[in-house]
Amino acid sequence: MSNIGTERVKRGMAEMQKGGVIMDVVNAEQAKIAEEAGAVAVMALERVPSDIRAAGGVARMADPTITEEVLGAVSIPVMAKARIGHITEARVLEAMGVDYIDESEVLTPADDIYHINKSDYTVPFVCGCRNLGEAARRIGEGASMLRTKGEPGTGNIVEAVRHMRQVQSEIRMVSSMSRDEVMTYAKEIGAPFELLLQIREEGRLPVVNFAAGGIATPSDAALMMELGADGVFVGSGIFKSANPAKFAKAIVEATTHYQDYKLIAELSKDLGDAMKGLDMATIEAHDRMQDRSE
Amino acid sequence: MTTIGVLALQGAVREHIRSIHACGANAVEIKRKEQLEEIDGLILPGGESTTIRRLMDSYGIFTAIQDFADKGKPIFGTCAGLIIMAKSIVGQAEGHLGLIDMTVARNAFGRQVASFEAELDVAGIAEDFRAVFIRAPYVVEVGKNVEVLATYDEHIVAVRQGPFMATAFHPELTDDHRFISYFIDLTATTKS
Repeated sequence: MSNIGTERVKRGMAEMQKGGVIMDVVNAEQAKIAEEAGAVAVMALERVPSDIRAAGGVARMADPTITEEVLGAVSIPVMAKARIGHITEARVLEAMGVDYIDESEVLTPADDIYHINKSDYTVPFVCGCRNLGEAARRIGEGASMLRTKGEPGTGNIVEAVRHMRQVQSEIRMVSSMSRDEVMTYAKEIGAPFELLLQIREEGRLPVVNFAAGGIATPSDAALMMELGADGVFVGSGIFKSANPAKFAKAIVEATTHYQDYKLIAELSKDLGDAMKGLDMATIEAHDRMQDRSE
Repeated sequence: MTTIGVLALQGAVREHIRSIHACGANAVEIKRKEQLEEIDGLILPGGESTTIRRLMDSYGIFTAIQDFADKGKPIFGTCAGLIIMAKSIVGQAEGHLGLIDMTVARNAFGRQVASFEAELDVAGIAEDFRAVFIRAPYVVEVGKNVEVLATYDEHIVAVRQGPFMATAFHPELTDDHRFISYFIDLTATTKS
């Protein structure tokens, strides 16, 4: 009579996160700071993306000791990252009881052709996307939540803005298409036809789409909400800032009250330095994490 | 016409608004305390209870909702909303709004992999209600003035105490609007 792991409970879990901030943490202490600041979930990692970028080499699923430490430290949901296509890392995380898996381009892909068939799992997945085709393919594979890829670990919002605008603009385009135009468009962007028809009917994606990859300030978070994000992920932005607890709280409040500009001005005062950040022009093509999968 | 507010600090606000509209009532997203004056009844949606509580503390909305409740205006909490309405919470020194005389346990059915759907018999509302439980709490015990509306696996998952209602599950996630409709009727009756 009762059913676990249904599409409704997997997608529903992400619906409950709407309007919230999900923060990257690398230990129990950071997880508690995030929870105290009002994060709706934490992402347990071995290193935040900017450190992964700096360290180079192959980035893998975190040591389970760290994930377990975070699982034990907070009462809010805990997410963790598996490499793209790494079925076993994902199964390990599921077995450990994490609440959501991010099949993430921040880690070095394990499979350069196929993503995980996420419908097979009881645990829900979030995946990155840069455009509607990519979003629709991930949903087709069973992702229950999406996020923009942005460019992780840069503290530069430009790529997340580009990806959010691109997805929104393609949704608007599909919504105004006649039914006979949808098949050709589905072919062009490599999206499942039936899913595009559903998006055309409803005028939105069937799962939530958060912003991620470059959010460093309260205004950045509010901007992404303004552009139609359902919530935000902040990776390096919090624990690479001068005052993580204060930054975290300010970003949480700015995400909720994203059109209250006087409030955002107040929240942004005396925060200390945001993470330093990278200009996209200084990043070599092979260092662009967003291009690691499609 | 009856106007229902949905506390829109964080969580599944859109789904409740859709449900209220489907029942033919007015729906308003509530972010500021002043907005409480425009509404007849309030829904506290699902989301993360710790996050919602932090945000309620920031701009006086917490005390404004307490005043709203003191006037006997109806409030309905789902999941995180149930936790926020409880008098006490297992493992925590104090509750939040304390509107319903009950003790609740957070994430009582387990982590997300244990989230489930089930059919419930809800007293006076529906015999076959499809309930969606997500990292759901349940009610450990209730005071004598609290009416138990539904149980699952011997755990209390829906309650009512006068104008206050709460469920451990998410009626807003399905197209079955009987629960929301019941709350709108309760609000309409209270108003008149």
